[in-house]
Amino acid sequence: MTKMAGKQMVIEAFKKEGVDVVFGFPGGAIIDVYDTLEKDGTIKHVLVRHEQGAAHAADGYARATGKVGVCIATSGPGATNTVTGIATAYADSIPMVVITGQVPTGLIGNDAFQEVDIVGITRPCTKHNYLVKDVKDLPRILKEAFYIARSGRPGPVLIDLPKDVQNSVGEFDYPDKIRLRSYNPTVEPNNKQIERAFRLIERSKQPIIYAGGGVIIANAHKELRKLAESIYAPVTMTLMGLGGFPGTHEQSLGMLGMHGTYCANMAMANTDLIIAVGARFDDRVTGKIEAFAPNAKIIHIDIDPTSIQKNVKVDVPIVGDCRKALKKLIKAVEEEGRPPEIWKEHYIPWWDQIRAWAERHPLSYKDEPGVIKPQYVIEKLYELTKGKAIITTEVGQNQMWTAQFYKFDEPRTLLTSGGLGTMGYGFPAAIGAQMGCPDKIVVDVAGDGSIQMCIQEMATAMEQKLPVKIVILNNQFLGMVRQWQELFYDRVYAATEFSVTPDFVRLAEAYGAKGFSATKPEEVEDVLKKGLESEGVAIMEFAIAREEGVFPMVPAGKATTEMLLV
Amino acid sequence: MKHTLSVLVENTPGALSRITGLFSGRGFNIESLCVAATLDKTMSHLTLVTSGDEYIIEQIIKQLNRLVDVYKVVDVSEGEFVEREMALIKVKAEDETRAEVLRMCDIFRCKVVDVSPKTYTIEITGPENKLKAVLELLKPIGIKELARTGTIAMQREKKIK
Ligand SMILES: Cc1ncc(C[n+]2csc(CCOP(=O)(O)OP(=O)(O)O)c2C)c(N)n1
Repeated sequence: MTKMAGKQMVIEAFKKEGVDVVFGFPGGAIIDVYDTLEKDGTIKHVLVRHEQGAAHAADGYARATGKVGVCIATSGPGATNTVTGIATAYADSIPMVVITGQVPTGLIGNDAFQEVDIVGITRPCTKHNYLVKDVKDLPRILKEAFYIARSGRPGPVLIDLPKDVQNSVGEFDYPDKIRLRSYNPTVEPNNKQIERAFRLIERSKQPIIYAGGGVIIANAHKELRKLAESIYAPVTMTLMGLGGFPGTHEQSLGMLGMHGTYCANMAMANTDLIIAVGARFDDRVTGKIEAFAPNAKIIHIDIDPTSIQKNVKVDVPIVGDCRKALKKLIKAVEEEGRPPEIWKEHYIPWWDQIRAWAERHPLSYKDEPGVIKPQYVIEKLYELTKGKAIITTEVGQNQMWTAQFYKFDEPRTLLTSGGLGTMGYGFPAAIGAQMGCPDKIVVDVAGDGSIQMCIQEMATAMEQKLPVKIVILNNQFLGMVRQWQELFYDRVYAATEFSVTPDFVRLAEAYGAKGFSATKPEEVEDVLKKGLESEGVAIMEFAIAREEGVFPMVPAGKATTEMLLV
Repeated sequence: MKHTLSVLVENTPGALSRITGLFSGRGFNIESLCVAATLDKTMSHLTLVTSGDEYIIEQIIKQLNRLVDVYKVVDVSEGEFVEREMALIKVKAEDETRAEVLRMCDIFRCKVVDVSPKTYTIEITGPENKLKAVLELLKPIGIKELARTGTIAMQREKKIK
């Protein structure tokens, strides 16, 4: 065993956990860790321009790579600035470790300079958190933090590290494995439940697979596809589940819920069996809960028991890892089920019905001469990137148009703040994703409102020479809120219209990046090409139809069949 | 419906506030909460009385279990169980009522633990409904101060024939 200071333990733990990059911003209470990080020199540090950006970047890195994202901030305001990023990661179950500096233990509770109770503040938005009072606990806490962050239902874990603990010396005994008596997520699904689920599948005439972010987190996309193909069931995905099943697959009905496809919502309303995989029946998906899937039996696979039976009554709960559960279901289907042709035949009437819905109201938009339609921009972006880019989004209409019109075929290619809906997420997340996946094209699709929430990270992207691209769908409105005002608030656009927006092309140039803009439809392709082909950071701005809406739309609180259509 | 939960939790700073935070954050209610050490110094035992329909209780139990620090949750009110609460009651006891208070103590098997010319302080232990009954009876006489511990509970062992 070796003796070392707390600050060194942090760096050694990073190495043991395979951390290759951390995102952060320094300050007095974390200066010692920074000093050690710099002198050690093995771990890449990305200096952001705002701690919220560090947290989102760590999150984007985690979503894109499946590894734990790490960020560092100082005490007080540094720590509070990370809170939105932590809550965003928590809402979407993203594995993250956040290290914050804290005033020396002797000053804690004294309202010392830059003291804030960050452990208290983040208790409801972390999976777990720690205030380290003694350096002898630090190796164990570091180990636990990474383990808790990535196991079970993943989530952010915060470690608050007082300055004196950073500088105290102790034994660095870093266990390879740990067991926590009070924390044992159920990973292995119960065989009896699998058997019961299979019986329901066998009896169903109109099943649907409803896949959520859990499929992506559990790396279960291959198994999901296998199951879907072997029983020939239609698949719909939540916003978080997009990419968990190929969007271009003939069995994909696209996204469901508030801005889901007509076909997916109708199928959910008429199904006799929902096979929910890593999804949580969020209100944006169910709409008015009393009217949700009235005739359906429900099989619900989730690693988190609290997600099951929270919003809807479930017939067969299966607690466990999605991938393991799907594997077992596939095995049951192969061993006991009908051959694939027979499954297919069995569902002919159901598929006829589904195809009829899909043909009646496919995703669409109206072309208007001389005006750029945002959906068209996304379609072109999809074409030009051949569907192979990592797309991050901001929040609002830009997010929904992306979800609808970019066909995500691969997991970890759509990074979006689904649970919390955090404007400002997309751009720093793109920076994190690009750090993790240097060979991928990474594009943030943004609104003119959201992009201004973390625009300062332009400097970070430039400094790191990351070729992140930004597509701004500029409607000079907080578009999604405006849409609600148009539909439900007498068209009174309270506080949603911007009278001043920066010239984004010149803004890009001010940071040393490239900027391009299009005001006519015929310029769209050219601007996208120029932007995507340019070497470094580029902003592509599109002056879109100002009052374009996102449709279909299920008004909040209405049944999902009561869709407003294009 | 009322439920009495027995929760074993790691004896770490913050564990209790995680639990109370969970209840306030999710709008569950806590009717009483009682925390103390166990034989194992690294664990605390917590008895929590809450209410809600079966779905809410199911959620509460699952949410408690989800906390990293929570070792075990048992809904003791699911089966046969014993529950006890203790209260200290300072009650007015002047000429005409002094004897009456003592009589009541006798009937309910309470103990007088402090005496002053104008008050008795009595100690009472029992299930919650017994405490309620005594408080109802003492109210007209005049309760000056009241301190209650909250309920603690334990499942009954199965009786073997
Ligand atoms: C941090 C934050 N503040 C407020 C909101 C509420 N909100 C949701 S969508 C939206 C409008 C977003 O406008 P913009 O970024 O321009 O995108 P658009 O909808 O026009 O595509 C707002 C204000 C939010 N989601 N996040």
